[in-house]
Order: sequence, then structure tokens, then C-alpha cells
Amino acid sequence: MARIIAGVASSHVPAIGMAIDQKLTEEPYWQRVFSGFEKSKEWMAKAKPDVAIVVYNDHASAFSVEIVPTFALGCAAEFPPADEGWGPRPVPVVKGHPELASHIAQSVILDEFDLTICNKMEVDHGLTVPMNLLFGSPKEWPCPVIPVAVNVVLYPPPTGHRCFMLGRAIRKAIESYPEDLKVVIFGTGGMSHQISGPRAGLINSKFDKAFLDNLTKDPKKLTRIPHLEYMREAGAEGIEMVMWLIMRGALDDKVDEVYRFYTVPASNTAVGHIILENHRRAVAKGKRAGAAKTKRAAHTAKQFVRRSK
Amino acid sequence: MARQAQDYEDIPGTVVFDAEKSRQGYPINMFCMSLMKEDNRKAFKANEAEYLKQWKLSPEQTQAILQRDYNRMLELGGNIYFTAKLGATDGHSFRHLAAVMTGSTQDDYAAMMLAGGRSVEGNRSKSGQFQPKPRAAAKSKAASTSKSKAVSKATSKSPSKSRSKSRSRRG
Repeated sequence: MARIIAGVASSHVPAIGMAIDQKLTEEPYWQRVFSGFEKSKEWMAKAKPDVAIVVYNDHASAFSVEIVPTFALGCAAEFPPADEGWGPRPVPVVKGHPELASHIAQSVILDEFDLTICNKMEVDHGLTVPMNLLFGSPKEWPCPVIPVAVNVVLYPPPTGHRCFMLGRAIRKAIESYPEDLKVVIFGTGGMSHQISGPRAGLINSKFDKAFLDNLTKDPKKLTRIPHLEYMREAGAEGIEMVMWLIMRGALDDKVDEVYRFYTVPASNTAVGHIILENHRRAVAKGKRAGAAKTKRAAHTAKQFVRRSK
Repeated sequence: MARQAQDYEDIPGTVVFDAEKSRQGYPINMFCMSLMKEDNRKAFKANEAEYLKQWKLSPEQTQAILQRDYNRMLELGGNIYFTAKLGATDGHSFRHLAAVMTGSTQDDYAAMMLAGGRSVEGNRSKSGQFQPKPRAAAKSKAASTSKSKAVSKATSKSPSKSRSKSRSRRG
């Protein structure tokens, strides 16, 4: 049986991709951002997922204003990087997992989530930047990827609650897949940012911090945040955070927060990142789970880098 | 036909790209999409006004594009993820465009971001009439109680309520 072992959330700022592509990661400005993902790469190398599901949004790359699917599932065998206006990013072609993807489509649609199925799709920085942050810059990505593209560009995006429930349905689909696969699910985008109009540059660290806290402890509370509150408090583009709730919905109610990182800014955006392991998995490790948890909590607290004004 | 007022129109300095804007801005955004191809970027750069003729843009939209008036493009239905492709064609990043839209110099904008970004304080409501309870808080309350009493109930008690209230007020 396939199972979800963990969820990862990460911002997907395009400038992070540019910093990687132009080899600027050692510059102090970018070092501050990338240093927050060193531990995460180690974690990912150990977790060794067989498949990654990456929830992200397309930024006018695969979907223009001609067709705007609310939820789109990538069922293709591969997904080439898109040319976003400055040439395609020099990252490997993303390989899909068409069998599992079709299985998810079938299960989730019969569960009343009307996904759009994409058998041909290019992927942009929304998907490839988080992959770089968690997998580094290898010649080939270490595992197949199933992209789940969510419309957060054309208002209104799906509600946080709808996203959370889709996560639930995806989990159910995965757990009914006969092959023994370890799956990690990514929620990407956010955190607070606004990149358009005279209010551009808005950052709300308090909102972000509360969101991270509740993502671990009380995600259902987050599912009740109305769109207006995201836009007003976390910036017009901060509404992307609904995508994190798909990831969270796919996990157990109780999870272990194994890592967290937050820094302002990367370009226009507050960068947030969190790794949540399914509780069951930790318990299965043995009796030391309790002690390990305390240690992790202390570690997490140390890792939480917050710039206060 | 008069457009129905939307609650998000009260957010200052923000144009929400909704279905109405999407309809209005279709030619702007489709023009921007065309710039994803290198050949089109070249053709556009070679003769901007001529290239723009094929997109059924209004005269205002054409002018906004030629003048690189990014705020005006948003008002006329452009969306930042699309207009950023025009920016990219000019060699500009999202951050560059953001600085332009806020009327800052590049240095001032970069400095503001490094210092933690634009505060939400004083930037929540155009009318100044936004109080945490009527919208954000009351709505979330309504979702959790599913009672019509949500608003009056929302004025006291529940810990989740007072939490979101104080968060809204203090950012």
C-alpha cells in the first residue's frame, strides 16, 4: 500500500530560482535564505520518497487566461520546465508518475473533487523552486513527481476548507494504491507577500507565524480563514497559502513538526518552510518518540529565524 | 451594467484580479503570454506599436503597455503574473516592477523589504471603516458556528475569536 510519510511546505519565490540559476546562493542576501534549507535537504535525503506530490500554482505558464482550472492534476510522463519570459530554467525535466496520478484522478473525482486532468503540461518556478530547495540541483530529480496545480491567480481561488478536504481525498486515493510507495506531499507558495499595485511589499510576520503554528497544531482553524482576510492581512498574493492546506489535509490530524524556517525577505516575499511528519511514523520508531519530540521542539525553536523590526 | 461592489475593493493599493478584470484584461494578458516565446519578444522589441495591433487592445491598454504603466495595466485588467512577462522582456524582475508600482526608487524599495517589508498597519482598509469583527472575524466565526447569531456572538467569549481579532488589529 502506498502511504504519505510527510508533508513539506515552502515558498516558491521566482527570485530564489534565479539565485540558484545564476549561482548567487553564496551571497549574504541569498545565503540567509538558502541556509534555512540545508537541514531540509538532509531530511529529504534520508526520507527518500518514492514519489512527491507537489501542490503549486502555475504563474501564467501552462495556463493563460484562456482556460483556468481550479485544480489540475498532472498525469503526463514528463513535465518540461516552462519559458517564463527569460528562457526555461536550467533544471531537469520533471518526470511524472502517470499510473499513480491516474489512480488519484479516478479516486478523487469519484470522491466529488472535479479535477482537470493534464496529459501535457509545462511546469514553472512554482513547482521547480521548492524542488531545488528540498532536493538541491541534481542532474536528474531523485523521484517522480505528480504536480497538482491550483488556481490562485484568478480570484476566487478554492477556499482553504476545500483545499484541506482535497488533501484528505488525495490521501485516501494514495492509501488505496496497491504498490508499496513512500509519498511526500509538498504545499508551496506564500507566505505573506504582495507583488502588485501600490501596496506591494506588504509582509505580515505575525500572521505568518500564527499560520505556521496552526498548521501543525490546529489546521482546521486555518480552513476557516476567509479569502478577504488572507488578502488584507497577508497581501493579495498571500492567498497562495490555501495550497498549504491541501498538503496538511493529506496528513494525520496529529503530526510531528520536525523543522521550521522563516525569513524576510526573498525579493518581495516572506519565506516560510515547515516539515511535518505523520505521527504514526514517529510512533512506529519506538519508545523514544517522546524524548525525540522534546528534542525536536527545542531544535525547532532555535531554527526559527525571525527578523523583528 | 453596474458592477456589484466587492468587499475586497476596500483593501488599499490593491487590484484583485477577478473574473470581471480577467474579461476586461484578456487582450493585455494574452499579449503578455505571447512574450513567452523568444521570436515574439524580438518582434515586439523591434516595433512595439505595430506588434500590439494584433491583440485587440483598447487605446488605453495600448498606451499603458507602451508607457510601461504597470498600475494602469492592473486597473485595465492586466494581472501581475502576465505583465511580469513584459517586465522580463525588458530585463526586469518582479521586485523591480513592485518598486515601480509603489512609486519607490529601486534602492528605497529594496531597503524597505530588507527592513521587514511594508507593515500591514494603516494598510488594511481604504475607507478606514474596517473593524476586525464585521468581515474577517465574523465570517470565520460563522463558518464554525453555522448560526445566524454569529455576529452578535462574535463580540465576546470564544478564544478563537479574540485571537483573530487581536491579530487583525495588531498585524
